[in-house]
Amino acid sequence: MKIVVCVKQVPDTAEVKLDREKNTLIRDGVPSIINPYDRHAIEAALSIKEQAGGGTVTAISMGPPQAEAALREAIELGVDEGVLLTDRAFAGSDTLATSRALAAMISIISPDVIFCGKQAIDGDTAQVGPEVAEFLGIPHVAYVRKIVTVSDGAIRVERLMDDGYDVVDTSLPVLFTAVKELNTPRLPSLRGKMAAKKAVIKKITAADLSIPEGELGLSGSPTQVNRVFTPEARGGRKALSGSLEEQVSALAGELRAMSCA
Amino acid sequence: MDYQLTEEQVMIRDLARQIARERVVPVRAEMDEKGIFPWEIIKVLGESDLMGLHIPQEYGGMASGALAHMVAIEELSKACLGVSTTYAANALGTFPLLFFGSDEKKKKFLPEIASGKRLVAFALTEANAGSDASGIQTTAKLDGNEYVLNGTKQWITNGGEAEIYTVVAMTDKSRGARGASAFVVEKGAPGFTFGKKEDKMGIRCSATRELVFENCRIPKDNLLGREGMGFLVAMKTLDHSRCGVGSQGLGVAAGALDEAVKFARERVQFGHPIIGFQAIQHMLADMATAVEAARALVYSVARAMESGVKDFSKVSAMAKVFATDVGMRVTTDAVQILGGSGYMKEYPVEKMMRDAKILQIFEGTNQILRNVIGQELNKEAARGN
Ligand SMILES: Cc1cc2nc3c(=O)[nH]c(=O)nc-3n(C[C@H](O)[C@H](O)[C@H](O)COP(=O)(O)OP(=O)(O)OC[C@H]3O[C@@H](n4cnc5c(N)ncnc54)[C@H](O)[C@@H]3O)c2cc1C
Repeated sequence: MKIVVCVKQVPDTAEVKLDREKNTLIRDGVPSIINPYDRHAIEAALSIKEQAGGGTVTAISMGPPQAEAALREAIELGVDEGVLLTDRAFAGSDTLATSRALAAMISIISPDVIFCGKQAIDGDTAQVGPEVAEFLGIPHVAYVRKIVTVSDGAIRVERLMDDGYDVVDTSLPVLFTAVKELNTPRLPSLRGKMAAKKAVIKKITAADLSIPEGELGLSGSPTQVNRVFTPEARGGRKALSGSLEEQVSALAGELRAMSCA
Repeated sequence: MDYQLTEEQVMIRDLARQIARERVVPVRAEMDEKGIFPWEIIKVLGESDLMGLHIPQEYGGMASGALAHMVAIEELSKACLGVSTTYAANALGTFPLLFFGSDEKKKKFLPEIASGKRLVAFALTEANAGSDASGIQTTAKLDGNEYVLNGTKQWITNGGEAEIYTVVAMTDKSRGARGASAFVVEKGAPGFTFGKKEDKMGIRCSATRELVFENCRIPKDNLLGREGMGFLVAMKTLDHSRCGVGSQGLGVAAGALDEAVKFARERVQFGHPIIGFQAIQHMLADMATAVEAARALVYSVARAMESGVKDFSKVSAMAKVFATDVGMRVTTDAVQILGGSGYMKEYPVEKMMRDAKILQIFEGTNQILRNVIGQELNKEAARGN
C-alpha cells in the first residue's frame, strides 16, 4: 500500500495574538507546529500501513524552507519519507493554487490512499483536501472518523456528520480528510528520531511539477483577501448558575420576560 | 548545568520528558489514588523504544548505555515515581538474563522485553530475608530435566503484571550463601501463583506482590549461570541497578524543586511573593544545590559503568544513598515551602514526599548500603590504595 499524507506547518494558534492595528496575526516568535488535524492524518496513514503489513508513507508539504521541520517531525513518528514543495513561485498561493501543486506532486507518486487533515487551524477553509482529489480526478471522503475495513482495492470508512455518521465504501485511489475523533496520534519513537535526524527531505520546485507559471502562487490564486477583522463581540449574554432546577426556572423566567414564551 | 550529553542522550531525555508531560502527569493522581497499574504508559514507552535502552541491538534493544538509561529514569521520576519504579524494576529483572543468560534464552526473552510487550520482575526478598538476603528459604531441586521450586517471595515489584521473573532460590542449603542459584520463571509455569497484593504508602501505581511457588516445575535450562552463583547474580544485578534508584531520587527531587519554585513565585503573603523571603530562598538554594550534586554523582557513576570499570559496588551504592537521601529531603522541604497546600492532594508534592520514602528502603536500605561503602573503604585501605 502506497500512502501519501499532506502536512502543513502552522503557527501554534494557542500562542498567536492579533495585531489590532493592522488586523494581521502576529507570527513573530510564535512556535510552529504540525497542523493538529494532520497529526490524525499521519496516525491513520501509519496504522493503515501497519495493518497492511507493509508499504510506504510519504509526507508532503508545501511551504517555506522552514516547513522541513514539520516533515522531520512526521518522520519521527514513523513516516518513511518527506517531500517539501518549496519555491518562491508558490508564495501567496490560495487553496486552489496550493491544491494544484500538491496534486501535481501526488500524481507523480501515484499512491493508493491520500490522507489530509480536515482543515488547517490557521486558515480553517477545509478546502485543500477535496480540491486535491478533484485535481486528481479521484473520489474523496471528508471528515473521516473511523476506518472500518481495508481490503484489496476497497476501504470502508465512517464519515462524521452533524446528525450522526455515514458509512461509505470507496474504491482506490481515494483521498480522506481526518477529524480528531479518528484516532489518538502516537508519540515519536527513538528510532524515528534517529531516522528523522538523518533523513534527506526531497525539495521540489515549481519547475519540477511542470505547472504553467500563471497557475501558481499569487497569480494562480483567485481568492483575494479584502479585509481581516475581529467580529464584534455580541452583547447581551448571561450565564445562569445554581442547581439544574434553579437554572431551568431562571431561564424560563428570562424567556418569559423577553416574551418568547 | 551542561553535562555534555550526546545527541542520542538528548533525544532520549526529550522523549521521556514528552511522555512524562503528556501521558503521565495528567493521570498520575488518579493512578496513585486507585492503585492503577501503568500499563498504558508502559505501552507508550515500548512503542517509543524506551523499554529497550539497556538491551543490546542484536536482541532488539537500543543499547543506549547506562547514562541514557539514568536520564530516562530521571525524567519519568520527575512526573511519577510509581511509573519510574515499574520502568526501572523492569531493567532490574532483565540484568540477570543479560549477564548470565544463554544466547538462546536472550533470543527468546529480550526482544519482547525491549518492545515493552512483556515485563520482567526480580525476586530475591522473602518474609525472613530482607537486608539479610542469605536467609532465603525458597528451594529449587533438580528432578530429571526440571527444577522444582517451593517457597514464597515477598514484596516483588511488577509481581502479577510481569510475565518473566528472575528468581533466586537455594539449590543446596548445606553450602550457605554458595548454595543459591538464579532462575528464570515464566508466568503460567505449573505451580506458580500470586499471593497478597500490597496496599502502600507511596508508589501506589507500582505493583508489589507475593510470588508463591508450590512444586513449580521449570525446565532445567532456565538456570541462569551455574548452580551456586545465585548471590553473585543478585549482587551484580543490584550493583547495576542501584544507580538507577539514585536517578529516581534525583528525578523526584528535581520535580519537587520545580513545584516549590513555581509556588513560591506565585504565593503572596505579607504583600510579597514568598520567594522574596530569605528563609524560603535559602531553602530553595539548598534544594537546588543538592539536586545538582545528586545529578553530578549519578551521571558520573553511570559514565564509569559505561566505561567498563569492573568493580563499581561502592560508587553505585554512593549514588543510590546520596541521591535518594536528597530525594527525601527535597520533597519534604518542598511540602514545607508549599505550606498547607503542600499537604493537600491537589498539589503534586504531597505524593512526591510519600513516594520518595521507598527509595531509601528498597534495593538495599540506605543503612545497609552505608555498610557496603564502609566495608569497601576498609578493604581499600587494607590493600593500600
Ligand atoms: C515497595 C517495595 C518494593 C520492593 N520490591 C522488591 C523487588 O522487586 N524485589 C525484591 O527482591 N525485593 C523487593 N523489595 C524488598 C526490599 O528490597 C527490602 O524491603 C529491603 O531490602 C529491606 O528489607 P526489609 O524490609 O526486610 O527490612 P529489614 O532487613 O528487616 O530492615 C529493617 C531495618 O533494619 C535495618 N538493618 C537491618 N540490618 C542492618 C544492619 N546489618 N545494619 C544496619 N541496619 C540494618 C534496615 O536498614 C532497616 O532500617 C521491595 C520492598 C518494598 C517495600
